[in-house]
Amino acid sequence: MSTLHTVNKSPFTNRSLESCLNHCKDGDAVLMIEDGVYGGLAGTALAEMVAARAGAVKLYVLAPDAHARGLGEDRLLDGVSPVGYDGFVDLVTTHDRTQAWL
Amino acid sequence: MSDVKKFLYVNRKAPYGTIYALESLEVVLIGAAFDQDVSLAFLDDGVFQLTRGQETDEIGVKNFSPTFRALGDYDVTKLYVERESLEERGLTEDDLQEITYEDEDDDWAEKPSIRVVSRAEMTDIMAQQDVILSF
Amino acid sequence: MEYHVNGKTIPADEEGYITNLADWDKDVALEIAKSEGIEMDDERWEVVNFLRDYYDEYQIAPAVRVLIKAIKKSMGPEKGNNKYLYELFPYGPAKQACKIAGLPKPTGCV
Repeated sequence: MSTLHTVNKSPFTNRSLESCLNHCKDGDAVLMIEDGVYGGLAGTALAEMVAARAGAVKLYVLAPDAHARGLGEDRLLDGVSPVGYDGFVDLVTTHDRTQAWL
Repeated sequence: MSDVKKFLYVNRKAPYGTIYALESLEVVLIGAAFDQDVSLAFLDDGVFQLTRGQETDEIGVKNFSPTFRALGDYDVTKLYVERESLEERGLTEDDLQEITYEDEDDDWAEKPSIRVVSRAEMTDIMAQQDVILSF
Repeated sequence: MEYHVNGKTIPADEEGYITNLADWDKDVALEIAKSEGIEMDDERWEVVNFLRDYYDEYQIAPAVRVLIKAIKKSMGPEKGNNKYLYELFPYGPAKQACKIAGLPKPTGCV
């Protein structure tokens, strides 16, 4: 039993990503979408907080949203994987539930 | 002209996730007709508006980042970007697109519009304005 | 409203600006110009093409004064002035030429 969490707000604007990471279980997945993709950036003041959960929790960013914002894959934290819209659908179907952190 | 006021547009939101960034840019372009002393400030997530390489085809939204490069034509030539906000986001000035204007008073020499300033300098810039518009 | 060009229907807003930038081609431009009562010649195409290039680069249709300044810079003062451009496009070089160029109404044009 696992959960897909989605986060759509910038982690610099509110604490949704932080709260999400504090509430997800090992084996869950976190997909960062829309302005949430900034949470997947390497070298930020929040990178350590995010990296600390990588491995135990699978971390993804939605690639179209990353591209829109000029974030190439080279800018992503280790352990954060880009997925397309089809990957988003796969994540939804391979988890028991989806929880949106708005 | 004695009735020229100092206007500062403060941009604190990332592009595309909300409509604030685009709305701000449109208000700046429209407001440019009024011949005021206009500056733009980019801080917090607003610094993400100026990053290079934005490519929005896959999300079906208009990429408005090239429009920042037209601001010089509208005599908007001061884009202040806060250094601390860049650093917190793992960005440097090199991650921002080049935005220039042609200086009429200097034989149309091409000059950079983006000026990276410290948080303390940004505080002073804000304190010098007549009007502040927040987005 | 809409335009009919070569058997195709091109949708436009109530002021006659076409809805989809991608619908534009030279024949569409000629049809819009006709409905504006304008006969296209080399001088008018020069302005229309200039506007399309500007839009390609900056994703906006420039305001009139910006257009005039930019044309003055690239084509010289004999073309980059109010009189010349209003003679070509009597209802406003930005508004009317943008419409023919298939662009949105210029930002800042009230």
